[in-house]
Amino acid sequence: MKLAILGSGAVGTSVIELAGDYGHDVVAVADSSTGAVDETGLDAEAVLSRKRERGTVGDGTPADVLAADYEALIEATPTTLGDAEPGFSHVERALERDRHVVLANKGPVAERYDDVRALEADSAGTVLFEAAVGGAIPVLSSIGDLNGQVTAARGVLNGTANFILSRMAAEGLGYEHVLAEAQDLGVAEADPTFDVEGIDAALKCVILANVLYEDTYALEDAEIEGIDDLPGSALELAAEDGRTIRLIGEVADGDVRVGPRLVPENGTLAVSGTLNIVQLETKNAGRLNISGRGAGGPETASAVLADVGRLPSPE
Amino acid sequence: MSGATTRSYTVRLELVDEPGELLRALEPIADNGGNLLSIFHERGNLTPRGHIPVEVDLEATEAQFEVIVDALRDAGVNVIQAGAERYSEELTVVLVGHLVETDLSDTLRRFTDCGGVSVADVSLSAPAGTEGPSSARLRLVATEGQSDDALATVRTVADEKDLRVVEPLMEGSA
Ligand SMILES: NC(=O)c1ccc[n+]([C@@H]2O[C@H](COP(=O)([O-])OP(=O)(O)OC[C@H]3O[C@@H](n4cnc5c(N)ncnc54)[C@H](OP(=O)(O)O)[C@@H]3O)[C@@H](O)[C@H]2O)c1
Repeated sequence: MKLAILGSGAVGTSVIELAGDYGHDVVAVADSSTGAVDETGLDAEAVLSRKRERGTVGDGTPADVLAADYEALIEATPTTLGDAEPGFSHVERALERDRHVVLANKGPVAERYDDVRALEADSAGTVLFEAAVGGAIPVLSSIGDLNGQVTAARGVLNGTANFILSRMAAEGLGYEHVLAEAQDLGVAEADPTFDVEGIDAALKCVILANVLYEDTYALEDAEIEGIDDLPGSALELAAEDGRTIRLIGEVADGDVRVGPRLVPENGTLAVSGTLNIVQLETKNAGRLNISGRGAGGPETASAVLADVGRLPSPE
Repeated sequence: MSGATTRSYTVRLELVDEPGELLRALEPIADNGGNLLSIFHERGNLTPRGHIPVEVDLEATEAQFEVIVDALRDAGVNVIQAGAERYSEELTVVLVGHLVETDLSDTLRRFTDCGGVSVADVSLSAPAGTEGPSSARLRLVATEGQSDDALATVRTVADEKDLRVVEPLMEGSA
């Protein structure tokens, strides 16, 4: 399939690098200010080294990339709240041209799900967004395969918050100390707001709710509490009782909720480090647990490329 | 908890199947300051000795309760079991915030306001003395079906006092 990739950060560059392994051609790539288009297929290594060395992907513009002759658009620009721009307009543009869209960007499907579905309904294109929830973990495709059997979903959906909580519990260190350490390790961003305030996990839960209930949820429908400023003493007290605290996202009974919760210390949901886990409650198959890496360039690209493989092929 | 605190008790009695027998059994409760909450009269069931089992829930102070049980026995009523309410549900929460300044004992008392709930255990950790945030782990016990109400009360009181509540994930065995 011919791919156009918007966004050349951790995810976008990994998709460029790995697309060939999956049998796809990258025909267009954009970052925030430049674009490269070659309808016979771009040289992945050339684009990547140019991005590394000069900070740009080509001599063209992002608009050239949007107008290129591709079959599926990969949306890997930053996740934004509210109007979900520029991601939403990219999705709109592709669907209006009857092209498929695969999102890593959470914004459009978390904040404007009904708009995206409405555009998709009028288009020959399909929208998939496995990478937006749980990184490498095949959450949405599992829910799809279970054919409406999934009644609730919960789990750890933010690796940064999980890393901080597991380090605090294991080392008896304070929040600020562990956050600084996580930033040094590149596990937390310079501005960790989205992760530690539970917003990122909530966006993923909102997407899960949209899929599970085929309804329109947005961030404002979620009850959100973060882990910022949680004192080490809270984790110590939990540990004395065989428990620990994890930032848990829950989608159940029509409600979306994210917050620090007490879980059994050696329980299934108490994954450590940056791991994520998703637990699905099903009608006929009991409880399913899927854990794995919830972020990272190649991990997320693997979910993006799995979606590309699921797109309907041209007749 | 001081001895003057009222709490719920359950008493299981064995009555002979005779008119007026139940009334006679209940008299010592009211006479000694107990507050009758409910009477469960299992008519169809018989104890091994062929008597009728009756379960009585009442509220009293600990001292009153002891007098009530003695008075029942003195009146010739067979008391099979007497004790504090049987709590079948349990939940642990961690509270974070200015616990001491916001009057922890008042907080705990109010958690039990919804009835059928008792604070079984409290561990407090206040590393920075009474200033700055401290944490407390509470084990609440509740009678059947009361856990949700208990948690709702915890949330309301915590919200009022600007405390954070780390709730348990209630999904059975995680
Ligand atoms: N990283 C992960 O593990 C992960 C996992 C799941 C989902 N996601 C989602 O995937 C998306 C990409 O993540 P990332 O980690 O790759 O982000 P990133 O490293 O910050 O990269 C974002 C890229 O988007 C480009 N960009 C910004 N505005 C643009 C525009 N208007 N048109 C075209 N390109 C634009 C940026 O260009 P410049 O290079 O010029 O700045 C940059 O290359 C985000 O929405 C994120 O939430 C990421």
